Amino acid sequence: MANFIDRRLNSKNKSTVNRQRFLRRYKSQIKKSVSDAVTQRGVTDVDTGENIVIPKKDLSEPVFQQGKGGINDRVHPGNDQFTTGDRIERPQQGQGQGGGQGEASNSGEGNDDFVFSISKDEYLDLLFEDLELPNLEKSQLSKIVEYKTVRNGYCAEGVPANIDIVKSLQGSIARRIAMTSSKRKALKECEAELVKLQQGSHDNIQQENKLKEEIQSLKDRISKVPFIDSFDLRYRNYAKQAIPTSRAVMFCLMDVSGSMDQATKDVAKRFYILLYLFLTRTYQTIDVVYIRHHTQAKEVDEQEFFYSKETGGTIASTALELMDKIIKQRYNDKDWNIYGAQASDGDNWADDSPKCAQILDKNILSVARYFSYIEITQRPHQTLWHQYETVANSHSHFAMKKIKDVADIYPVFRELFKKRSEQAA
Amino acid sequence: MTKKKPLSDSPDWTFDLLSEYQTEIERVANHYRLDTYTNQIEVITAEQMMDAYAGVGMPIGYNHWTFGKKFIQTEQTYKRGRMGLAYEIVINSDPCISYLMEENSMTMQALVMAHACYGHNSFFKGNYLFKSWTDASSIIDYLLFAKNYIAECEHKYGISEVESTLDACHALMNHGVDRYKRPQKISLEEELKRQKCREEYLQSQVNNLWRTLPDNDNDEPKAKPKFPSEPQENILYFIEKNAPLLKPWQREIVRIVRKVSQYFYPQKQTQVMNEGWACFWHYTILNHLYDEGLVTDKFMLEFLHNHTNVVAQPEYNSPYYSGINPYALGFNMFIDIRRICENPTEEDKRWFPEFAGSNWLDTLHFAMENFKDESFISQYLSPKLIRDFKLFHIHDDDSENYLEVAAIHNEQGYQKIRTNLSNQYNLSNIETNIQIVEADVNGDRSLTLKYTPHQKTPLGDSKDEVIKHLYYLWRFDVKLVQESEKGEEIVIARCPEKTEDKT
Repeated sequence: MANFIDRRLNSKNKSTVNRQRFLRRYKSQIKKSVSDAVTQRGVTDVDTGENIVIPKKDLSEPVFQQGKGGINDRVHPGNDQFTTGDRIERPQQGQGQGGGQGEASNSGEGNDDFVFSISKDEYLDLLFEDLELPNLEKSQLSKIVEYKTVRNGYCAEGVPANIDIVKSLQGSIARRIAMTSSKRKALKECEAELVKLQQGSHDNIQQENKLKEEIQSLKDRISKVPFIDSFDLRYRNYAKQAIPTSRAVMFCLMDVSGSMDQATKDVAKRFYILLYLFLTRTYQTIDVVYIRHHTQAKEVDEQEFFYSKETGGTIASTALELMDKIIKQRYNDKDWNIYGAQASDGDNWADDSPKCAQILDKNILSVARYFSYIEITQRPHQTLWHQYETVANSHSHFAMKKIKDVADIYPVFRELFKKRSEQAA
Repeated sequence: MTKKKPLSDSPDWTFDLLSEYQTEIERVANHYRLDTYTNQIEVITAEQMMDAYAGVGMPIGYNHWTFGKKFIQTEQTYKRGRMGLAYEIVINSDPCISYLMEENSMTMQALVMAHACYGHNSFFKGNYLFKSWTDASSIIDYLLFAKNYIAECEHKYGISEVESTLDACHALMNHGVDRYKRPQKISLEEELKRQKCREEYLQSQVNNLWRTLPDNDNDEPKAKPKFPSEPQENILYFIEKNAPLLKPWQREIVRIVRKVSQYFYPQKQTQVMNEGWACFWHYTILNHLYDEGLVTDKFMLEFLHNHTNVVAQPEYNSPYYSGINPYALGFNMFIDIRRICENPTEEDKRWFPEFAGSNWLDTLHFAMENFKDESFISQYLSPKLIRDFKLFHIHDDDSENYLEVAAIHNEQGYQKIRTNLSNQYNLSNIETNIQIVEADVNGDRSLTLKYTPHQKTPLGDSKDEVIKHLYYLWRFDVKLVQESEKGEEIVIARCPEKTEDKT
């Protein structure tokens, strides 16, 4: 006897809970591994998860075991050269564990670190834990721009396609019960009386006939109540519900003048990647606009943005102007959440810096959700930084940080998006 | 024998085809008197197989991080192609659950059915260890009870608390087995009913305050009775019954781990036999079908290819060598027993007078039913097999700076090799011998355990960690002693660590 059961469609994630238990237990090690990894991560792999390394000793499940040493007697197969009484030099590694020729490792477990991968989502969760988008809650409610159709109860009028059959038939039953209840009661009484009369000793044919007639007329009246009435019909009702927009646009502004070398650009790129990943957790669709500038600004694609070489001086305001223009043309701030990130080595035409601050102050910061400026340099700050400092003082959703090398990116990023109970002034 | 119309040998299986094969296999199995539990054959995917792996053979497992770790490890090695998944997993339960993997070809499914559903299944039902130590009909219910109970505890007392308790129990799991007493049968209703009153009763028992109340009238110092009166080797059982500060639900968890450990104990002791028996039968059954003309040459080639891989034994100097392959040893021993019965040589008659030339099927069933690995090898390993495997015995004494070849496959060596190989499968030699010798219940409540080394083998370094786990359960001083050569007891591990008297 045998029963075959097809279990293939059962859930395959029986171990999910256990896996989460495992992650939970080793959270601190895993988090360390994640933040170590982000600075070493290749620039282009933004969609993969991450390999996590945990030292083997932290994971051990200890049990009482026999140690090495003592007297061991083992039997091995495949004797090709030994005779009784042969003495063999003890193999170097592993003090005589099992004997043989030292190739055998009966334990089967090496001493390597425990390496495993976590998915992209798990990776991002750990990476961005405790971080939040600034100003999100504050303006989210004020900018309701998209609508979603949702079910909203029932109504008595509507188009036939929306008829809800179950609800309508329930109405029909209810109405029929209600409309016939008095007649049914009368009918019951008549019938009871009729039975009584028929059982009685006297003949009351006249009365009986009268009752029978009445019963018949009651029955007729009950059956005349229509099965369904337009009054019964119920239609599914729909309502439009406002939802916050889930679209965002991210502006990447970068100085590509001669002073920005590839290493500096890489640092900037990693910062953009983090920002992009972070935004993907909140918004469904994200547009990215790349604007690079030297003395002139230009909107370019990703490849050109990061890898084409330019020379010349720097006028940062051109990029901000272009950003402002693009926002006005294509990204209405009612429909889009606008984020900006500017990266530079701090060089700028001294006369231009006040203008940058002015454009930010007047045009961009009034529509943008958040604007961050990172300066990637080892040198002291120049005019652009000082000008921006005044902007930062008057706008809470403008942030600026200095990055010295690759290792700073993640800490600075965390600093920028740290959860705050109150917004910084 | 009349040739029958062969069954389809298309590589793709269907449920209809599976059931056709199963019918034929069952017919042959009955012919060979294989007595089995009802089979419940479940087809699963590779992912589900990995889940099953992670559950270490429990179809319903409670939640614990170690299973998650196991799953991640399995997934990793499988994804990198370092390891193929087993073709099947079979559970010692009634009905006997076997998992077939979806990816298997029809030939493999047939192999697996013969191997698991009739080989292992009949072993579970027939072998004396399984008969007396496990209760196939109630294990699923019990595991379900355990899972729910632990989930409930997590809900009530927090995941971390439960996790620590389970960690501690797992560390002592190998020492939660009754070796000499038959455990009581467990049934779900009984378990539930008894669990509640046990909880309350036990707690009142261990609270020593109650016992001290009225007994005040005679102050004569009696000779302190030693507790426990005999050394206890079932550490988890002792903890469950006697740990002073455990909460009732923790005792129940200790009990659950103990029961699970007990359930798996026979499997540890019969690996060679169990696998050998299953391999022997898939080999014999499918060959029988082939002789009847029910399966084609194509089918047999694929089957033999896989079968040969499974029962291959790499030699000691091969890079693939990792000890003796239980499938190879077991399979060849059963084949050899059949040979001795059917075509005994003079040597066989000298070595095995009691069954050489007897009915092979009777002898095989007798062997399967009444032995475990250790006794099976010492009873049935023949000189011919020792020669075929070219077995040799290495004696390694760490007081010498060389290894010695103590015996090889010759007339003088057979007996020695057989004894040593048998010892290699003796669990009491492999597992550490640690017993609770004293619990000072009337004093400082410290617990003393004693390690008795087997052939002077010291205890591994993990002992310190395990002692910490034991301390977690006992909550008072725990120390582990070992008798030195001079006969003194020296402390080799203790928790909490004491700085002043270092030994």
